[in-house]
Amino acid sequence: MSNLIKFKIDGKECMAEAGKFIVDAAADNGIYIPTLCNMKGVKPKGACRICSVRINGRLMTSCTTPVTDGMEIESNSAEIQDLRKSIIELLFVSGNHFCPACEKSGNCELQALAYRYQMMVPRYPYEFPMKPVDASSPRIIKDQNRCIFCKRCIKTIKDKNGRSYFVFRNRGHKLEVVLDEEMGKTIDIATAHLAMENCPVGSILVKEKGFDTPIGKRKFDKEPIGSDIKL
Amino acid sequence: MSKKITIEPVTRVEGHGKVTIHMDAQGNIQQSRLHIVEFRGFERFVQGRPYWEAPVLVQRLCGICPVSHHLAAAKALDVIVGAGTGDGLTPTGEKMRRLMHYGQFFQSHALHFFHLSAPDFLFGVDGDPATRNIIGIALTNPELAVQGVMMRKFGQEIIRATAGKKIHGTGAIPGGINKNLSIDERDEFLKGADPLNADKMVSWAEEALDFFKKYYFANKDFVDNFSYFPSNHLSLVRKDGALDIYHGVLRAVDAEGKKILHDVDYQEYDNYIEEEVRSWSYMKFPYLKEYGKDKGWYRVGPLARLNTADFIPTPLAQKEFEAYKALTNGKPNNHCLHMHYARLIETLHAAEMIRQLLNDPDLQGDDLVIKGEKQKEGVGLIEAPRGTLFHHYRINDNDQIEMANLIVSTTNNNEPMNKAVNHVAKSIMTGKEVITEGMMNAVEVAIRAYDPCLSCATHALGKMPLELTFVGPNDQILDRKRSH
Repeated sequence: MSNLIKFKIDGKECMAEAGKFIVDAAADNGIYIPTLCNMKGVKPKGACRICSVRINGRLMTSCTTPVTDGMEIESNSAEIQDLRKSIIELLFVSGNHFCPACEKSGNCELQALAYRYQMMVPRYPYEFPMKPVDASSPRIIKDQNRCIFCKRCIKTIKDKNGRSYFVFRNRGHKLEVVLDEEMGKTIDIATAHLAMENCPVGSILVKEKGFDTPIGKRKFDKEPIGSDIKL
Repeated sequence: MSKKITIEPVTRVEGHGKVTIHMDAQGNIQQSRLHIVEFRGFERFVQGRPYWEAPVLVQRLCGICPVSHHLAAAKALDVIVGAGTGDGLTPTGEKMRRLMHYGQFFQSHALHFFHLSAPDFLFGVDGDPATRNIIGIALTNPELAVQGVMMRKFGQEIIRATAGKKIHGTGAIPGGINKNLSIDERDEFLKGADPLNADKMVSWAEEALDFFKKYYFANKDFVDNFSYFPSNHLSLVRKDGALDIYHGVLRAVDAEGKKILHDVDYQEYDNYIEEEVRSWSYMKFPYLKEYGKDKGWYRVGPLARLNTADFIPTPLAQKEFEAYKALTNGKPNNHCLHMHYARLIETLHAAEMIRQLLNDPDLQGDDLVIKGEKQKEGVGLIEAPRGTLFHHYRINDNDQIEMANLIVSTTNNNEPMNKAVNHVAKSIMTGKEVITEGMMNAVEVAIRAYDPCLSCATHALGKMPLELTFVGPNDQILDRKRSH
């Protein structure tokens, strides 16, 4: 207990173990800060910026910033909420996210965040980029239209030698996360399912599985994303 | 010297169409055309998508009868995943889908009759357009309006319970269904508070039919003669000849009742049916290959179904069917406005089927999906409320759709709707100089009888005021009126 420190989120007194990242410390105190690229057990990178909070006047990603004693964090202000909403909107317009026909609908974290942040129409114009669908693996379809470059698949879906099934290819606006062609041929069904589960959107699909969970039983059908975080 | 009348768009139909009527200098009708001027292109943009997305993606063609597209696509994919055609599924899989389909039939037919057609019967074809609509019905016949709304609601609730959502659900998946019907859900439909229960729906369906019959016998000459013309008729029938809207074989009869398509397997539909493209419409013109473009066109929908079927496998609807068939001495019925009569018999049949299915314990089974040896190609056929609906898909080695062909009900009815418009134009517009509201609506009544879904047919959505234009021989505008 000696490691416990005190800090404030939006004026609320909180306590956490020293060194914990803000997003986890907030959850311990029943406060939800949204994440997309962050996953438990994986070193955070702060790639998606959706967890941004303001500390001492500066915007910081709460998945990569450890909480410190006496820290005052602003998370629920109108400005921060709108910033998060704008990030969600940017993700929508920069890909081709057609929820009505996506089998990840109801289980998709991006869609769930859009609902939570009440995104109606994005403030930015849609890019409608031309993106390929790689269906060459016998187990997996990698749909680039929906990839948000969170890297969760790269960091978590590995073979027994620690090699990642998914890798970055190209740079700049041509950047894409692809399934390694050779490894994709031999990926087993359990790993394929884990890859689909870990993908926060519908970019990684297990073949021939689609829509087998009825509406009403999907992850976010009953409660909004983040509802599991409460005291 | 000739002139052309344009009615655009056609109202109280699903989607957007326009009608042009070409007249010569003496005011004789030369030609009438129903133009479908919207384009959507679903067949193209499903290419490259994983095949199991098709039932969820393609149903977005429509918000009125998406279940038809959902199920037709699922049936095509049943073939692709090796589950065989419609009767190869598990009992729970097939019966849940049937319940979904009858729920949709019931709500769609109720919508058409109460919201779209009943205003014409209550207020007359040339009644005041300000009240010739569902609001007018609600003001003058509130009980009838409530029945319409509640019947539609009941059907929508059946869809929700089977597909997951009232519109655009996900229930049917390749090889079966993703849920069964819980005891609670079943009891809600069977024993639900008045009026939302299956018994009430059967009795309301009978009342709606009685309402139409009363109108019919009071206006027999008009109903019998309005846009009457002989035609072929095509639909699915059960193998024993019964009316079956979910699965069966493909049958066509000519205007005299002679079989011209002999209960064939619909997987081979392209051996029998060809589609013609005409430059003035985005909607194609299908016909039976063997009989050619001029003689091979056919009608689909309620009129056609009751012309091809030998009987209806539920008692109340069968009794009505017998009385209906007696009107034409057992021969095919070619009266355009009898489409409404047939539609209401089908509504009664759907209510009876819903009640029957709800009492079937197979709906509570857990064996939901069946799969076998994968195929590259599959055809799904279903009787949508508006008529026979074809979905045909071919996939590549990577499970992506590489070809899709959809022939929707309204496309099948393209030539008959053009004939119907021409018939009405000739009978009421010949020699006329002034366009009247009633004249415009009469053309629409002929089209509306087919309950066309122009959105689906071009794969278009839109609702705009009605516009009628007279165009002279050199394409100069002689007159233009806007009615709504």
